Amino acid sequence: MSDRRDVWITGIGLVSSLGEGLEAHWEALSSAPKPVADETSFAPYVVHPLSKVDFDKQIPKKGDQRQMEPWQRIGTYAAGLALASAGLAGNKDILSTTDMVVAAGGGERDQSVDGAILTDIEKQPNPDVFLTEQLQSNLRPTLFLAQLSNLLAGNISIVHGVTGSSRTFMGEESSGTDAVRIGWSRITAGTSEIALVGGAYNAERRDMLLLFALKRLAMHAPWAPVLADPKGVPTGSAGAFLVLESPEHATARGVKPIAKLSGVWSERARRAEPGAVEAVLEALVNQAKGDDSTGTAILSAASGAPEPTQAEVAVLARSGLPVRSVTDRVGHALEAQMPVALALATLAVSEGQLYAPLTGETLEKPFDGPLSRAIVTAVGHWRGEGVALVERVD
Amino acid sequence: MASYTDKAGRPIVVVTGMGMVTSLGQGKADNWAKLTAGKSGIHRITRFPVDSMKTTIAGTVDYLPESGRTAPDLSEELAQIAAEEAIGESGIGAKGDFPGPLFCAVPPIELEWPQRRILAQEAAANGPISYDDLLRAAEANGHDAWHERFLYGSIADHLADRFGTRGQPISLSTACASGNTSIQLAVEAIRRGECDAALSIATDGSVTAEALIRFSLLSALSANNEVPEAASRPFAKNRDGFIIAEGAGALVLESMEHAVARGAKILGVVEGVGEMADSFHRTRSSPDAKPVIGCMRNALADAGVEPEEIDYINAHGTSTPENDRMEFTGMSVVFGERLPSIPISSNKSMIGHTLTAAGAIEAVISLLTIQNGRIPPTINYETPDPAIPLDVVPNVARDAKVNRVMSNSFGFGGQNVCLILKGAPA
Repeated sequence: MSDRRDVWITGIGLVSSLGEGLEAHWEALSSAPKPVADETSFAPYVVHPLSKVDFDKQIPKKGDQRQMEPWQRIGTYAAGLALASAGLAGNKDILSTTDMVVAAGGGERDQSVDGAILTDIEKQPNPDVFLTEQLQSNLRPTLFLAQLSNLLAGNISIVHGVTGSSRTFMGEESSGTDAVRIGWSRITAGTSEIALVGGAYNAERRDMLLLFALKRLAMHAPWAPVLADPKGVPTGSAGAFLVLESPEHATARGVKPIAKLSGVWSERARRAEPGAVEAVLEALVNQAKGDDSTGTAILSAASGAPEPTQAEVAVLARSGLPVRSVTDRVGHALEAQMPVALALATLAVSEGQLYAPLTGETLEKPFDGPLSRAIVTAVGHWRGEGVALVERVD
Repeated sequence: MASYTDKAGRPIVVVTGMGMVTSLGQGKADNWAKLTAGKSGIHRITRFPVDSMKTTIAGTVDYLPESGRTAPDLSEELAQIAAEEAIGESGIGAKGDFPGPLFCAVPPIELEWPQRRILAQEAAANGPISYDDLLRAAEANGHDAWHERFLYGSIADHLADRFGTRGQPISLSTACASGNTSIQLAVEAIRRGECDAALSIATDGSVTAEALIRFSLLSALSANNEVPEAASRPFAKNRDGFIIAEGAGALVLESMEHAVARGAKILGVVEGVGEMADSFHRTRSSPDAKPVIGCMRNALADAGVEPEEIDYINAHGTSTPENDRMEFTGMSVVFGERLPSIPISSNKSMIGHTLTAAGAIEAVISLLTIQNGRIPPTINYETPDPAIPLDVVPNVARDAKVNRVMSNSFGFGGQNVCLILKGAPA
């Protein structure tokens, strides 16, 4: 694989419950390692709400904002931050050749329309006819576009002008891993020079909580650290995008890397087989770890879903590496969780240090040494195991 | 060996198995017979009441066990049937052991009305029903299977189990270009040398009442309800929208070297793929057709061929006033004066617009067109549109030697992906 090129991370856009931008996140993580968790608005569930964001700053047209649901606004905003951070905002020439891979789920339903229909439907002589009539008169025509998975990418094209290519992956956590992996693979192979990869998630919606609640997987209050007490998924609103770039392309435009993305691995354990998650994850982590793990930490994107998280905890404990939970700090952003974790990993590696352990998260041990590498683990709450490696560029 | 690589030195990617399901029927043989006979699969909707609907026709697949159940259930069954046909034809791997990754285009998935209604009834609220009531019922009543069923990744996950594909499958959507993207991802993975073979599937069994209403509210659908078979009229002057439809297409892709080494029959070559996103509007294409032109040119460049070398175009041809005009504009620029002499047809005139599945189904039909030397017609072409003069192979199939096809797919959200397909090497 010696002909493979390096892949630099030259831009990061991050918005979460801890704030927006790398600086705000570093400050929040370093000073007071305490999550911003809302235990009342969606009781009995724990949700990490998005920090206050002035969407006008990255989505200047109100008309554009109106066409989006919150998850699309979060993502379009984070994508704008990433492009600005890479020095690409408004650079039409480069944006028109930038490849985009977005990890996305679907948009929010109109919950008041749904509620009104459900309140009356069983009293109707013909419920199916009632349903079609109600939907025809009460659905907003543009809501559909705010729900479609690929319209986050569509909005990024429209608002920021990214048009080299546009692909959207679905499939929960693994879609985030694969979005990054495909963007990375194309650059290493020399078929792409620059890519915008990432995703967004709005946790503050009951229809999404409902999907988790069907299998009793949403975390109930009180909040608990996910590795020490994996009792459910504490979902968190977040958007994260990374600009990946070939060293040649970045150097030609005078840009330095924030860090290097050295590898992305995606696998699928057959979870019906006992021990499968542990075995698959351990193999991936060992591959990322390599022979010399000096200055290496693991940033875990563990969901908090009991079984896969317990399996991951076993692997993390055996690794002997310092561990930090991303989910404890910003919640779980489903499709966007790998990009969020990668953003935080890149931040730590570029700062050269790991933030302090979180009280109660017993697997997190103090680490004072210089940090030069971060392995991100992203195990899906129901399927998919992903690992990525970020390394410092000096 | 030089003969296994293309002009750019990349592994040549061939097709060794294909499968399809549409409203016309199950399998390539049945579909091909009907497509070349100019038969339409569009019919009156019986799946849900249409009394108050503006559009009452569709190309739904109503003959399968999962028809009329949930969108993911039917989409999965359609995908499975198409993939079984494709894998069976290719003879690759062993049963339940496909030696490569899966790229699977799937429609939007979410909890549906029957499930919401059950939860609402279980909640037994006295007053108005809210999502808090549904949440309470969900926690209490053990509908665990619905969690997995309504995850975006579940269709591909089940297919990965069934066919034994390698690694984590990628579920994807580029709206109505999804089928082409599922092929593109496979082509790229083989060219990068990550795998010798890959399975591309695109499926859509998502025609529910709400889906129909959503497209109808965007004024995208035809309201030519009187004669369903005559409603889809790509490139005709009296076209008024697309016909929503269901189906699936599947292709087994391999490096030519791998296919030859195992003695597989090669059905065709994916010579090139091009894409370009459009930043003009959420549902409308840039009126100057620049992104579509760029997409077609990228596909030609990727294949290393000139526009003169295209013998036939399998059009996106949705039958909406705007798409067909924009597609004409794009083709006019790319193909210039030669355009009127290139046969162009839209399979959607017969099978409707299978949305997520369209690109893969049309790729299969394109390769059948090459194999059989016969071009399926654009039916319902009674009133030509003088603004977009094209040889649409009107109404009747045509025998013609076709060596190389361009297959177009465009979608909401500015998605454009074009394929260049060629017959099996002599």
